[in-house]
Amino acid sequence: MKPAPIVDPGTEPYWSGLKQKKLLLRHCRTCGKPHFYPREVCPHCHSLDLDWSEASGRGTIYSYTVAHRPAGPAYAEDVPYTIAVVELDEGPRLMSWIVGDKSGLAIGSGVRVRFEPLNEEFDLPVFELARDAS
Amino acid sequence: MARHEAVIVGVADEPLTNGKTTRPGSPLQIQARCAKAALAEAGLDLSDVDGLFTAGMWGIPGVGQLPTVTLSEYLGIRPRLHDGTNIGGSAFEAHVAHAALAIEAGHCEVALITYGSAQRSEMSRNLAGRPATLTMQFETPWGLPTPVGGYALAAMRHMHEFGTRPEDLAEIAVAARAWAALNPAATRRDPLSVDDVLAAPRISTPLGLLDCCLVTDGGGAVVMTRADNVRKDAAKPIYVRGFGQAATHWTIAAMPDLARLMAAEMAGRRAMEMAGVSHDRIDLVEVYDSFTITTLMTLEALGFCERGEGGAFVGNGRIAPGGAFPLNTNGGGLSYAHPGMYGIFLLIEAVRQMRGEVEAERQVRNVRTALVHGTGGTLSSGATCILSVN
Repeated sequence: MKPAPIVDPGTEPYWSGLKQKKLLLRHCRTCGKPHFYPREVCPHCHSLDLDWSEASGRGTIYSYTVAHRPAGPAYAEDVPYTIAVVELDEGPRLMSWIVGDKSGLAIGSGVRVRFEPLNEEFDLPVFELARDAS
Repeated sequence: MARHEAVIVGVADEPLTNGKTTRPGSPLQIQARCAKAALAEAGLDLSDVDGLFTAGMWGIPGVGQLPTVTLSEYLGIRPRLHDGTNIGGSAFEAHVAHAALAIEAGHCEVALITYGSAQRSEMSRNLAGRPATLTMQFETPWGLPTPVGGYALAAMRHMHEFGTRPEDLAEIAVAARAWAALNPAATRRDPLSVDDVLAAPRISTPLGLLDCCLVTDGGGAVVMTRADNVRKDAAKPIYVRGFGQAATHWTIAAMPDLARLMAAEMAGRRAMEMAGVSHDRIDLVEVYDSFTITTLMTLEALGFCERGEGGAFVGNGRIAPGGAFPLNTNGGGLSYAHPGMYGIFLLIEAVRQMRGEVEAERQVRNVRTALVHGTGGTLSSGATCILSVN
């Protein structure tokens, strides 16, 4: 079984948002910048005045790797799988999987979010290549 | 030189056979042996140690880890200064810095730095991530092979930005193997070619098996004291002239720039400024080579070549035996040994080279100043030491 996130009070809204098909970013009301993963203090300006905002779900591949050896037995049947660092249009980067048709996948490729269940309790934000011109 | 300056007066490492300790041992046994051997070089014994520095992957399971407390009990010593700083494999370069500060300020006279691991014998390593708690709840669920996957993401980005090729990375593994072939203590000494590295099974693209460090046992110790406290029968003292540390991230997605090793830039610049040395004054460089890409990015970050030019820099045998830029002269983590954390072995090799006591074939002539740089985490932390023979 793949490891599930161990949620804490600071991250619970993020994981709840995913269940509602929303990718939430922590957003600083002082400097205006969003960040990922959600923190108690803005990593840019160190303000405590933070809110949540919904990301567009669009971004580009900042880097990726294809795992040919699994991260433990839980991932053995997925090999090879593509893990990327996605840079969201809003700026923050997050790790995810690239799923679906991966032909033409490259650094800089446009991607959009899709929500896939990890188990009954959690959804994960995965990405597929955006085939439109945007 | 000032009498109160901190010097390294003893080093030791644990003999290995096929990557396992020649004599079986727990991490505590291994550290005890290395401590005794390094102290003997210094003309000192455990009863002289009043500062203990260690970091490790071993520990008694449960909440919190108290490695220096555990180890001091085991060794039967009561140091007045404990430092369990753990910033990853670079921790030992940080320990040298902290020991130098403490010694020069009079807070300890004899500092013992140790590392020990039986990970190969215990078969305790795999590619799984850490428990998905705290910041790792955003990384572990994705099944990134750990730690190689983070380095693979950096390598892919470096290739994208600068055109670095798998062949360039392979040159680093080949050079390390050529140094190891000259080192009877190294684990992998059989010949290696660029084609071999490129043909090896992929682990996490673009990195293959031979881009990765070994998984071995190992242990080491470093002893430091004040220059005016060096015993008459001690090994030649090596001065610690500069140091610096930095860290930029832990989860790899938070690395500010995957193609730029900022931790090494910051740590290296601070160390060189403190020592007052320029690149052309450095005779020997020992850097952490957890993966081939680590070496390449570290050389760029330390300023030995321009950003993006690491691939060209390491080519044509420059970093191999006989080349213009002797690097990782024991064979490195790629071919000498890599017992989970490697930073202490960079120090041990630099000191032995500076004393002029390694095998003639791999002895770099007339090393007066050496730069040692450790990397920890997933390109997360960096710690640099500038060592000098006088």
